[in-house]
Amino acid sequence: MNVHEFQAKSLFAQFGVPVPRGKEITSPETASAWANELDTPVFVVKAQIHAGGRGKAGGVKLTKDKNAVAGLARELLGKTLVTHQTGPKGRVVRRLLIEEGANIAKELYLSILVDRDSGWPTFIASTEGGMEIEEVAAHTPEKIIKEAIDPAVGFQGHNGRNVAFALGLHQIEPAVLNPFVKLMENLYRFFMEKNAALVEINPLIITKEKTLVALDGKVSFDDNGLFRHPDVQQMRDLNEEEPLEIEATANNLNYVKLDGNIGCMVNGAGLAMATMDVIKLAGSEPANFLDVGGGATKETVAAGFRILLKDPNVKGIFINIFGGIVRCERIAHGVIEAAKEVKINVPLVVRLQGTNAEEGRKLLAESGLKLDVANDLWEAAQKIVQLTGKAA
Amino acid sequence: MSILVNKNTRVVVQGITGKEGSFHATQCKAYGTKVVAGVTPGKAGQEVEGIPVFNTVVEAVKKTDCDTSLIFVPPAFCADAILEAADAGIKLIICITEGIPVNDMVKVKRALRGRDVRLIGPNCPGVITVDEAKIGIMPGFIHKRGVVGVVSRSGTLTYEAVHQLSTLGLGETTCVGIGGDPVNGTGFVDVLPLFEKDQETQAIVMIGEIGGDAEEKAAEFIKKHVKKPVISFIAGITAPPGRRMGHAGAIISGGKGTASEKMKALESAGVTVVKNPAEIGLAVKKALGR
Repeated sequence: MNVHEFQAKSLFAQFGVPVPRGKEITSPETASAWANELDTPVFVVKAQIHAGGRGKAGGVKLTKDKNAVAGLARELLGKTLVTHQTGPKGRVVRRLLIEEGANIAKELYLSILVDRDSGWPTFIASTEGGMEIEEVAAHTPEKIIKEAIDPAVGFQGHNGRNVAFALGLHQIEPAVLNPFVKLMENLYRFFMEKNAALVEINPLIITKEKTLVALDGKVSFDDNGLFRHPDVQQMRDLNEEEPLEIEATANNLNYVKLDGNIGCMVNGAGLAMATMDVIKLAGSEPANFLDVGGGATKETVAAGFRILLKDPNVKGIFINIFGGIVRCERIAHGVIEAAKEVKINVPLVVRLQGTNAEEGRKLLAESGLKLDVANDLWEAAQKIVQLTGKAA
Repeated sequence: MSILVNKNTRVVVQGITGKEGSFHATQCKAYGTKVVAGVTPGKAGQEVEGIPVFNTVVEAVKKTDCDTSLIFVPPAFCADAILEAADAGIKLIICITEGIPVNDMVKVKRALRGRDVRLIGPNCPGVITVDEAKIGIMPGFIHKRGVVGVVSRSGTLTYEAVHQLSTLGLGETTCVGIGGDPVNGTGFVDVLPLFEKDQETQAIVMIGEIGGDAEEKAAEFIKKHVKKPVISFIAGITAPPGRRMGHAGAIISGGKGTASEKMKALESAGVTVVKNPAEIGLAVKKALGR
């Protein structure tokens, strides 16, 4: 789960990571009141959406005039921002972060995530703050510093010193050396205690006043750890999520919307991905990833149908089920019942394999429903692609 | 021969009185697996299908001499359950549970480091040595004893591959699901040498997916140490970057972990990479010259 910058910064502050004074604002009126209270030489008005590249898209405004803040808020609220991470439709700005500006002397990069290979939480740091870290890694890999933290003992001072000296902080600004080590320690504590998946500060700045400030903040949380953190759960902003994905989650389905036109419904994540791949091999594009889980009952299949059919791009549906513990004839019943409940107006191909597959296929064939039944994966994929017409 | 588990493996099921635990313990026993004990704290003295239940794994080990654990404990308590098994002297821990927080697994993995214990999973279908022991949630009947070793990050996609191998008459030795989580106990590189050494295994099917670099690491290992034919399918060539595809570990992040990178690495290591998941079995047949 992702959170907004203002939420990330409020969590940073709780854990002793320095951030600019700022506040979440949702109307020009409150913007004006907050500007009066903030009373700073430079005001920064930042659009809050779950996507990077806001600055380039015009989502960040600066002013020295506190009377201009409300006008900037009015300009940004309700505006649709299109960045390289939002897709062409963009995102509507519903909230702002209005904070004090800073005197930047130097921009750094600092993040923490679990390195999958070692299984250790690992800091990534660079002197190239403000840039996209993937770009830095691709063009100047020598400027990327990594420091793994032993989870058995947690963060140690030397972990921080290793990074601080490798960054050259003793030369850039010796006054921030110890505060930097402390900041890393606090960030590690935040990362572990709150079950974060990624914490990124880009840029982490050294100010002209020789202090450190997290000027931006990006945090995503491990969904599997959310049950421990009701405070974090409350930060979820459904406006930032695909409506069909919200509906799927509510039905215990795992759904990811894609851009193709063949909807697919599969049991198991690996097989669901393989099904998407086989649709592409057959000459078309998948409209989604949908894992209905091991159960695949009438209820889950019906919910799956409803979600798939709400996507206007879907021109055909491919159900691919490998019956294991759950028997295929039960799944066939589920499909038949669900199809009666939900009106299906696009071609449907059902491929059943595994436990009692033959009985399941027979039930489907005799159901009177307009659908094609298949037993082979490749044959089924070709059939649905043929029925819907190849992708343009 | 086979790897990891066989007809002598003695299994304790942790979380045996739960819905999943009792169902699958029964299924495993029906397959012929020696399921000798179950553990649920506070439920000692009960029985599940004739399997005695104990309060702790230590007690189960003492009374039944079990050496392998199969875990169905809910995610919030699962790290504790894995460490309990390790501390009780269990040598092979197979964890089916899906949804364990990553940071819990970070600690578990660190705690098991350097100890004489192997963890398979979490978030996996388990391990089966055909006709000897089924320790997991896979449907037993699709398997047929034969010559192919299977190692996979997926569940139902593995069943798909196994079904093809069985239908073509090739059959399997042992199938190992290593699971779909980003931090897990056993990787491809841990299982590959076992299959390479196993005399009965003539070919290896390796099923990977997007995310991480386990497949790239496997490619390096295969290049140096594996002489048997390896046939691989990597799921997720159509998966978009930055989106989690069901499994917690199946995500392309920062441009890393794409299916095409993995396929390239494996091909350069001499692995037969199958683009069409419907042709895994046929590719194995061809590689074995049958």
